[in-house]
Amino acid sequence: MTPDIAAILGVDGIATGAIYVLVAIGTVLIFTVTRVIFIPFGDIAAFTALTLAALDTGQVPGTIGLLVALACLATLVEVTSLVRKQAYREIPYAFLYYLVIPAAIALVVWLLIPLKPPLPVRLAMALLLILPIAPLLDRIVFRPIADGTVLLLLIVSVALHFALVGLGLLFFGPEGVRTEPLSSFHMEIAGIMLSGQTILIVVAAIVFSALLYLFFDFTLVGKSLRATAINRTGARLMGIRPARAGTVAYLLGSLMAGVSGILIAPVNTIFYDSGFLIGLKAFVGAIIGGLASYPGTAIGAIFVGILESFASFQSSAFKDVIVFSMLIPILIWRSLAALHSEEEVDE
Amino acid sequence: MALLSIENVCVSYDKVEAVHNVSLSIEAGQIVTVIGPNGAGKTTLMMAIIGLLKSKGRMEYLGQDLARLDVESRVGQGLCLVPEKRELFHDMSVYDNLILGSYSREDRSQVPQDLEGVFERFPRLKERRSQMAGTLSGGERQMLALGRALMSRPKLLMLDEPSLGLAPLIVREIFRTIASLRETGVSILLVEQNARAALETADYGYVIETGEIVQSGPANTLIHDEKLIAAYLGGH
Amino acid sequence: MRRSQIHLIGALAVICLAVAPYVLGSFSITLLNYIGIYALVAIGLALLTGVGGIVSFGQAAFVGVSAYASAWLSTTGGASPWFGLLLGAVLTCSIAAFLGFVTLRLKGHFLSLSTIAWGLAIAYMFGNIEGLGNYNGIASIPPISFGSIELIRSTQIYYLIWAIVIIAVLLAYNLLNSRVGRAMRTLRGGDTLVESLGINAFWIKLASFIIAALLAAVSGWLYAHMSRFVSPTPFEAGMGIEYLMMAMIGGAGSIIGGIVGAAIVTVLKNSIQDYLPLIAKGASGQLEIVAFSALFILFLQRARQGIVPYVAKFLPEPAHEPPPPAAPLPRRTQPPPGQTILKVDSALRRFGGLIAVNEVSFEVRSGEILGLIGPNGAGKSTMFNLITGALKLSGGAVAFEGASVADKRQYQIARAGVARTFQHVKLRPRMTLIDNVLLGTYPRTKTGFWRGALRLNREEEASAYQEALAQLKRVGLGDKPYELAGNLPLGSQRVLEIARALAADPLLLVLDEPAAGLRRQEKLQLAELLRSLRSDHLTILLVEHDMDFVMGLVDRIVVMDFGSKLCEGEPKEIRSDARVQEAYLGAVA
Repeated sequence: MTPDIAAILGVDGIATGAIYVLVAIGTVLIFTVTRVIFIPFGDIAAFTALTLAALDTGQVPGTIGLLVALACLATLVEVTSLVRKQAYREIPYAFLYYLVIPAAIALVVWLLIPLKPPLPVRLAMALLLILPIAPLLDRIVFRPIADGTVLLLLIVSVALHFALVGLGLLFFGPEGVRTEPLSSFHMEIAGIMLSGQTILIVVAAIVFSALLYLFFDFTLVGKSLRATAINRTGARLMGIRPARAGTVAYLLGSLMAGVSGILIAPVNTIFYDSGFLIGLKAFVGAIIGGLASYPGTAIGAIFVGILESFASFQSSAFKDVIVFSMLIPILIWRSLAALHSEEEVDE
Repeated sequence: MALLSIENVCVSYDKVEAVHNVSLSIEAGQIVTVIGPNGAGKTTLMMAIIGLLKSKGRMEYLGQDLARLDVESRVGQGLCLVPEKRELFHDMSVYDNLILGSYSREDRSQVPQDLEGVFERFPRLKERRSQMAGTLSGGERQMLALGRALMSRPKLLMLDEPSLGLAPLIVREIFRTIASLRETGVSILLVEQNARAALETADYGYVIETGEIVQSGPANTLIHDEKLIAAYLGGH
Repeated sequence: MRRSQIHLIGALAVICLAVAPYVLGSFSITLLNYIGIYALVAIGLALLTGVGGIVSFGQAAFVGVSAYASAWLSTTGGASPWFGLLLGAVLTCSIAAFLGFVTLRLKGHFLSLSTIAWGLAIAYMFGNIEGLGNYNGIASIPPISFGSIELIRSTQIYYLIWAIVIIAVLLAYNLLNSRVGRAMRTLRGGDTLVESLGINAFWIKLASFIIAALLAAVSGWLYAHMSRFVSPTPFEAGMGIEYLMMAMIGGAGSIIGGIVGAAIVTVLKNSIQDYLPLIAKGASGQLEIVAFSALFILFLQRARQGIVPYVAKFLPEPAHEPPPPAAPLPRRTQPPPGQTILKVDSALRRFGGLIAVNEVSFEVRSGEILGLIGPNGAGKSTMFNLITGALKLSGGAVAFEGASVADKRQYQIARAGVARTFQHVKLRPRMTLIDNVLLGTYPRTKTGFWRGALRLNREEEASAYQEALAQLKRVGLGDKPYELAGNLPLGSQRVLEIARALAADPLLLVLDEPAAGLRRQEKLQLAELLRSLRSDHLTILLVEHDMDFVMGLVDRIVVMDFGSKLCEGEPKEIRSDARVQEAYLGAVA
């Protein structure tokens, strides 16, 4: 391998890694706040790409149908539970949050499609459609077992991923998509070609990570999310509702995943089931950060990107095997670190 | 009308009943203490009042049935528990912990003023305002827990073993603070094993044993009660 | 329900299985074959996940390793499928042993995540190795044969599959009711409990993991030679979760549940394939996985315990037949009275910045009851955990019977003769009293996995049973040995813990706040029991908060406050010590 090739692979790896950073940070966010290891996160990214591709060609994206279906189901679940609790006064709010808002989003997007809106509007439409999906899934799937063990939530999460892959095929069809690059800009630094898309990906990863940091450190809602992540009981005693914090976490996480989906769509062909690998690799990065530290997660995700890039150069058939095998030593190292802190909590 | 009154409250873990038919009430502005040995059900009772544990029986707070409210709504209504384990946000700064104490308040404009009040009461916290809560000493943690609770401007403050694991000097300081809270008009439900200190601070006391109230009365009467002296206060 | 009745039901089930090929059509038999093959994996998971609490998403990969190994050997090597079985089993178990060795120390969800990782990695390998036919797989695999009889038709291999399933069920059932099986059933109680009983938790986990892998290997071998074709698809991650689903739906922890779960999932999958196209034409294929996942999620939300345990609630209790009288288990010789058996020398323990135990020294002498007292938060529990090995010392030394415990694991300290109870009672609530106490005899007995599975352990089991029953009687719980431990009131649960500790025949009994939460009458009974144990020359270290309880009972007292030792002496001296008054009974405000 020549230094030139190594440099190209490195740049490529950083760009891939930056995409994983966005998904991985969302995963960590959701895990710390809700204790759910949200495996379907990559699916959210893939669905965003598919949605954008549909919007680009002026078609009605499958996301609209998916969103409306999930909204109806979530409303049904929520209203049923409210009736059971005899909390009739809250039923109108349930309709507003779980049915009216998602349906309004779907309607607005549907009305806008024939107008052939410009790219920035299409991006906004794609993100708007994707944002409510994870919170709705949370209401339908995870809220009823919110007190379960991390393991139970993990099993459910894996099952949910398979359900989403099926739904993805149903609503988006089997065709792969590749969207137009968001920028046709090219530049050359020290003999290495950098595409605008690559720069955009890295910049987006930095900007969104920074925004998240500011949100956590300077807003009360952000602090309440951190508080929930650190100590659920303590947070409840302050009047912070873990379920509401969870919804905010899912929204933020979906935003990150959505952006990564938009960024990856011009680079790789995305199919309805491409999300699994994106999600899992981001997840490997998140585990390097111990499912807790955001800077650690970012570094981990970049590492996975670079590893994948070099591994695919050496042996493209085994790149996934190499990436996933890496998880085992990482987990062992992480578990040793966790063991140490667990001992302290015990007392 | 009593601020909080509970009647025939029972709390069970699975099949084991930890609190049995407990009734007590707190008037506005009162300090009431519940004393008793380890495992008597004191903490369980606190957890039930705040809503972290399910209970049977009647609980009325400000004239409304508590059963209809979840933990967060109870906190929003001015109930506040400083639990035995403190439950601080260890990886957050002292300042953030205190600000989160005010989370459920509507009157955000009053928050900076209350923060100053807490810093005045606990100057140590001001010194350490940007330090992580997890790095504080035991006494400072208890101060932070108290300060965080005060940031919510509670109507009823419930303190579960505030003296737990603290050095005698600090215990004294904590009890002095508790007594001084009387001026702010907050009512306090104080659960303690340190029976003597608790009774000296409180207006009224209940003695709980194996989940049942076995004795109650004005604190200054209980403190001279022979049987109680023998059991909890050390006979001299 | 008596044992003979259970045998009768079992025999009927076997007869039904035996005549099935003469009654049912070939399609049903094929379905039954698949159920049997899947059931083997599900039984493994019932042991691993249901009993042991280790959730594995990766069993499909083990099935694949064995299927591919046997397929490869019998096609390219032309070897008999029986050699394939050998290769498949050895290879799978070796991989499992390696993976287990590196991952089973992981905690909770980290462990399960690692199973996803290696499950995926192995599955990707099948599709990318040229010698294994890449994504095309391996075709024309020879059938299994007995001499000249080749098992080609589905009704032929049917008997082999179900014979293996029945053997697996019997072995698994025997294993669960043996010494090692009880240890496996305790894994869910947490490592601290398991190790406190002198059980090497890691070893039990590893063995369970390999057993589950072995069952998966047999399943994979049968699959390869039944379908005569392997490709990567049936061994991918999706199948891994389907196996988990079978085990959980049947009732995690129930052996029969493995079969029931496999049957339900397989039949359901089939009918979904049949009926979905009628409901939704066109997009049908995809709805299958959606419907399936949705059903599983609904199941996990609503009825986590599974079908078999639910049905079992309505069946009569199986009758318990106590084993015959047997020779008693060997006992240790207690050291002569007055000899130092535990020596704590300047023990130190830090938690981050807090010093929980600060240079504490004291001794426990044979035959005495020593009380370690102090207010809440004084560091008593930490001291306790240092002695039993649940926590490591930051400085100083603890020696039991002259040997340092510093570098010993918890289970090694327990085996050396330290038996403990817990402040928050740690029993297995779904196990009977006698089974809970039998756990205590673990370090005194020897039966391993194979002897347990083959029921070669009857004599030792009978001895252990007699010992456990004797200890139950000794603490006053001898009248209902088959009651579930979870049904006892708290006071009796504490006493049951003591019986379990006594069954280990300890040199030192360490009790962590045994009187907490007890009613007055129960406390008196407990004190009486401890006195009677002392008169049997047992040494007891008692960590307690309740002053009254301690004063009348112990020989000597060590008082701790703020992590340090305040003083030491006889109850009378301690009662009149002013420092103790101040520290313990409360500072004056």
